[in-house]
Amino acid sequence: MHRDTKGWVFVGPFLAVFALTFLAPIGYAIYLSLFREQAFFGGNVFVGLDNYADVIADSKFWESFLRVLTFLVVQVPVMLILALLAALAIDSARLHGASFFRIVIFLPYAVPGVVAVLMWGFIYGDNFGLAADLNNLLGSTAIKPLSGHWMLPSIANIVTWEFVGYNMLIFYSALRTVPEELYEAAAIDGASALRTVRAVKLPALRGAVVIATIFSIIGSFQLFNEPNILRTLAPNVITTYYTPNMYAYNLSFAGQQFNYSATVAIVMGVITAVIAYVVQLRGSREAL
Amino acid sequence: MSTRTSPLRPRRSPLLTGLMILYLVYTLVPLLWLFLSATKTQGDLLSSPGLWFGHRFALFANIRDTLTYNDGIFLRWLGNTLLYVVVGAGGATLLATAAGYGLAKYKFKGRRAVFAVLLGAVAVPGTALAVPTFLMFSNLGLTNTVWAIIIPSLVSPFGLYLMWVYASDAIPHDLLEAARIDGAGEVRIFFTVALRLLAPGIVTVLLFAVVSTWNNYFLPLIMLSKPNLYPLTVGLTQWSNQATGVGARPIYNLVITGSLLTIVPLVVAFLLLQRFWQSGLTAGSVKQ
Repeated sequence: MHRDTKGWVFVGPFLAVFALTFLAPIGYAIYLSLFREQAFFGGNVFVGLDNYADVIADSKFWESFLRVLTFLVVQVPVMLILALLAALAIDSARLHGASFFRIVIFLPYAVPGVVAVLMWGFIYGDNFGLAADLNNLLGSTAIKPLSGHWMLPSIANIVTWEFVGYNMLIFYSALRTVPEELYEAAAIDGASALRTVRAVKLPALRGAVVIATIFSIIGSFQLFNEPNILRTLAPNVITTYYTPNMYAYNLSFAGQQFNYSATVAIVMGVITAVIAYVVQLRGSREAL
Repeated sequence: MSTRTSPLRPRRSPLLTGLMILYLVYTLVPLLWLFLSATKTQGDLLSSPGLWFGHRFALFANIRDTLTYNDGIFLRWLGNTLLYVVVGAGGATLLATAAGYGLAKYKFKGRRAVFAVLLGAVAVPGTALAVPTFLMFSNLGLTNTVWAIIIPSLVSPFGLYLMWVYASDAIPHDLLEAARIDGAGEVRIFFTVALRLLAPGIVTVLLFAVVSTWNNYFLPLIMLSKPNLYPLTVGLTQWSNQATGVGARPIYNLVITGSLLTIVPLVVAFLLLQRFWQSGLTAGSVKQ
């Protein structure tokens, strides 16, 4: 065996499954998106890009898209900044019991998203939740996390609760790779703690921040579990097209519109990939 | 800062610790609520304060009811989850480890193409693929079988990335050359020499694969319609949905106790293995 081919022995099995579960569905979705089911005669007819034109003109799609975009623009920065501050605090050596904080703040990541939503859904509810307790305590009825205005922030709170610890750990791991000499050099230069953060720590975190941002953007555009589970508690607030992913799901499983659903999935995939790519380009060019 | 301290040995800050405790409270209150609620009867859930015990300590009765309700379907779901985790996450770790090692240690033709395809595919949101994957698996007759969950779980691009970076650092080329001179085959070198050096990385990848398989909700939700194949996450939401709609039979206490039982194994695994996985993340994952 020539050295050139030996690597394939190790990479091959992964790629085979990868092809079956990533590449084939992408190809199949593209194929589906070019056809349309005949209502009366049955069978599929080739319609070219008609489905794409329909998605572009679909107000339900854009409503759901704008909703996740709003979510993304507010929730992701809040979550990442909290994670960044926590990582810097834990790394600063100024904290009592730093390793205890590290593991406890990470714990929500081990809680299945479904359980987190069920739990927060109960907490938000009027029946036996903490929202009700709080309202009783304040003698008010103002706190309604499951009402129309509050729903998106309520979902954002669940996602933040789940993922701050995970991102904190990514940032903390990056901080651990800073060589000790850099801190010594900063100390000799008489740099203050804040200056050390700006000059040494933040630059070291850049790559991790870019990766975390990309994962968070992908996650936001995929938003599904939280609204879909909360829908049973607030069916009038959360529509079947509350997020693009819920829209694609309901088109498929409630509406049997598989071709259109595949088109929605592809459009979201392309938008996500483009934004992730832009973030990566900007992230690798600009300083933090 | 009024006092001068060495930036390398800074003083502990009560203010910083206090702020972090605030965040800790936010992290822990929902989990505390879940634990306390799991100790209550359904009646107490509705009538007692959320962050304190009810009239009767019903934790053990709740656990017994959860495990025996509906002919012990919860145990069936637990067994399914374990199957998906052991085969899916175990297989994902093996495939990612082999592929990461192959990419890190062999310069073979097509290596760059592999990178490009992986990066491109990872940018496509996983859930955007879910609907096409469902349709494809449906055509292959794989829906409503355990394979519909196991096969997609076998691919972890994040795990591959982690192992690839880790293997680049952790395995010296000289060691591989020495083994080759001794006449060992490539596969044997992988199993006898490389695996041992990769251990912290493998534990890290395994733990993250376990979490994502254990927490998987969207994929089983669309792939499975037979309750006896459900994992815990889908089963729990089904129990939760039982509380609304026509013929509602709320079993809040079982949903809550089941949620607690779903969290415990992962939390224990993270706590027991934290030394390993944290060193795996720090040593390999996010280096620039």
